[in-house]
Amino acid sequence: MADFTLRVNGNEKKVSVSPETPLLWVLRDTLELTGTKFGCGAGLCGACTVHVEGSPIRSCSTPVSQVAGKSIITIEGLGANGLHVLQQAWIAEEVPQCGYCQTGQIMTAAALLAKTPNPSDEQITQAMNGNLCRCGTYERIRKAIHRAVAAGGAR
Amino acid sequence: MSPLNRREFVAVGVAAGAGLVVGFYLPRAGRAGKEAFSPNSYLRITPDNKVTIVVARSEMGQGVRTALPMILAEELEADWKEIEIEQAGASTLYGDQGTGGSASIKTTWDPMRKAGAAAREVLISAAALTWGVPRSTCAAREGAVLHGESKRRLSYGELVEKAAALPIPTDVPLKQNKDYKIVGQRLARVDTPSKVKGEAVFGIDFRMPGMKYAVLSRCPTIGGKALSFDDKESKKIAGVSYVGKISDAAVAVVADSVWGAMEGRRVLNVSWDPGANKDLNTALVTASLKQAAAKKGVSLYSAGDVSKVTGRRISAEYQLPFMAHAPMEPGNCTASFQGTSCELWAPTQVPQDCRDQVAKALGLDPDQVKVNVTLMGGGFGRRLEYDYALEAALVSKAANTPVKVIWTREDDMRFSTYRPASLHQLSAVLDGAGWPVAFTHRLVAPSISGQKGQPGPNGVDPDLPDEAAFVYAPPNVSLEYVPAETPVPLGWMRSVYALQAGFASESFIDELAVATGKDPLEYRLHMLGKDQNIQYFDTTWRTARMRGVLQLAADKAGWKSALPVGRFRGIACFGCFSSYAAEVVEISMQNDVPQVHRVVAVVDCGQVVNPSILEQQIQGGIVFALANALRAKITIEKGRVVQGNFDDYSPLRMNETPVVEVYAVPSTEAPTGIGEPSVPPLAPALCSAIFAATKKRIRALPILS
Repeated sequence: MADFTLRVNGNEKKVSVSPETPLLWVLRDTLELTGTKFGCGAGLCGACTVHVEGSPIRSCSTPVSQVAGKSIITIEGLGANGLHVLQQAWIAEEVPQCGYCQTGQIMTAAALLAKTPNPSDEQITQAMNGNLCRCGTYERIRKAIHRAVAAGGAR
Repeated sequence: MSPLNRREFVAVGVAAGAGLVVGFYLPRAGRAGKEAFSPNSYLRITPDNKVTIVVARSEMGQGVRTALPMILAEELEADWKEIEIEQAGASTLYGDQGTGGSASIKTTWDPMRKAGAAAREVLISAAALTWGVPRSTCAAREGAVLHGESKRRLSYGELVEKAAALPIPTDVPLKQNKDYKIVGQRLARVDTPSKVKGEAVFGIDFRMPGMKYAVLSRCPTIGGKALSFDDKESKKIAGVSYVGKISDAAVAVVADSVWGAMEGRRVLNVSWDPGANKDLNTALVTASLKQAAAKKGVSLYSAGDVSKVTGRRISAEYQLPFMAHAPMEPGNCTASFQGTSCELWAPTQVPQDCRDQVAKALGLDPDQVKVNVTLMGGGFGRRLEYDYALEAALVSKAANTPVKVIWTREDDMRFSTYRPASLHQLSAVLDGAGWPVAFTHRLVAPSISGQKGQPGPNGVDPDLPDEAAFVYAPPNVSLEYVPAETPVPLGWMRSVYALQAGFASESFIDELAVATGKDPLEYRLHMLGKDQNIQYFDTTWRTARMRGVLQLAADKAGWKSALPVGRFRGIACFGCFSSYAAEVVEISMQNDVPQVHRVVAVVDCGQVVNPSILEQQIQGGIVFALANALRAKITIEKGRVVQGNFDDYSPLRMNETPVVEVYAVPSTEAPTGIGEPSVPPLAPALCSAIFAATKKRIRALPILS
């Protein structure tokens, strides 16, 4: 066990966990932020995607010791003032079916728009290809990203 | 109109608390052996004008929490914005709550409509009595009753007290389709915002005070057992509080965090007895199917007499592998055992099976077990099993703590219940013009229900009546089911046997068209013959409706128009779960790998309840089916499942996803299934397109094996 200070969604959180614990389980079990999902435990599906210093990472494969002191944003903190434009677009396009992977999809899309405010279809595919959706919502995900861009993009 | 039986009315009323309560005990047209009478719908209106509709099916992404209430709200003349949804747990009030077989809308359509209509009629009566005017001068609209002449209005909430004292009619007028205001609309799903915000509580997200976490070490060999275990290293992991055998084949590790439990299992040393299947492999499974094929099967359907037909004969064999559902949310369940009771929070398609099996395992009565149904991160049939619930209950009892059992992705892949591998023998006799006069399909596969100890009559798997119809009308037809045996655990996976039956049958029809130099669409239209009914078990299939979906798919896809150079297309259709589907798949080949660019999908599922949800289901079914067709294959070596995660069993990704255009044939027929019917036509249409491109016939899935 070791103590870490995490900066999650703008708040400082002190946790006492073993250093190799994946960030995913610290978020879900310790900090009770369950919007970040467990899908594969191997960085293959993207359901656990969060932002660390603005970049999308797979929290299931990232030991907590690596992110101590860094800025972590989860789905719960994505829209600092209400819903993020992507969340609004996701609602407008009725993207989710089961919805389990969608928070990871949105976090990946948000990181894309932060760097590439007006992505091409190819750039969208490239950015989103690591995120699996077993319900097959990809077409609506693409539409929602385009809608968010049209609505003003990343904020 | 006859009032509802008083005793039943009181029973429902007490169960629901204050307010106007309508429960219906209506006969369910289910399979034999199910309860003959059960309430199918549930509505609660309270004086504060809250209209609560209970959903007694499980939400796994298919939209039941939205679509089922829409049906009741339509007849109730409710204000959709005011509706609140309540998820039912396992109950004795709602009949069979199993969510599967694309049946939720089909089986609740009548009960939900009648429940809404009866409530509406009572509310109108209550208003008429209040005002002292004839009923006929009052009308219900948007959650209130209006009196036209005096322009008076009473909301449903204001009418609750009076309405609650009136008898509930069981024979009520239902609305005409043309008057629908809610049914048929693209209404937003009620569960979307919470899922987008990360607030939705799936099974894996549920938590309760004092809860611990468990992962289980299961015997890697099918049918093997745990002989002994050494937990010395596990107990050294921080937070591990319990290690113990909870069944013949599983040892549980309980800790105060998921990670602790996973680490505890990683260093756990279990000695396994691999048992009788230690040498089982995929080749032996294939051989056993071929062996079974030599036996005579049971007839599913016959017309004329195929044995008496002579002429040019064409035959082919098709083969499909085991497949896994792989829903995004891995298996899990939370249980709290309290000596004489147990409560569960289960992402399950079968809450009542969970209740009954947990009760049996714990030595409790079913009414001592409470099952709450959570949201599910996908189901696809995997959560028709109650294994997660059973494990959670047993661990909670053994470790004496509330506990959430979590499966890893590898657990999910290797300890699933798989779509049965199958072998198909097809044969046709053609007349001088090349049209089939005899068509034979022998479907060789192990029985899912049979393996679970519930074989159907004559050994016909009880799913085949929904999933293996042949909606064509050549003069002589024989469909035969040949049961096989396998120790590999079997389960119901999206579209179940319809995927296998549709792939084999529709691919073979494409072969016949090619062999006779005919257009595959024209060939099918000819095989449908004149408009007629085909009775297959309890379902009356209509060739006119199949013709309708085929023709519309062809029209929308531009079947008769030329394709750009390098593009190819294929067509297929299939009927299952009482719905009709046809698809046209457009591809190009790149380095021998098909790239699917466009799929035109047409369904006829009767009255559409929510077109947006329908589109989701069709698009999702096609993406699911495309992954199945391209690479879904579970293989067995040394009695173990080989695949473990999304690297060796990968669902479709965005770069492989085609544009899917969805059309529903306008219809006022009663609605039928939509979750699964888009799955079967995809693989044969794709393989037909591949044949058009390469002249290579694919007779075994997956394509990229």
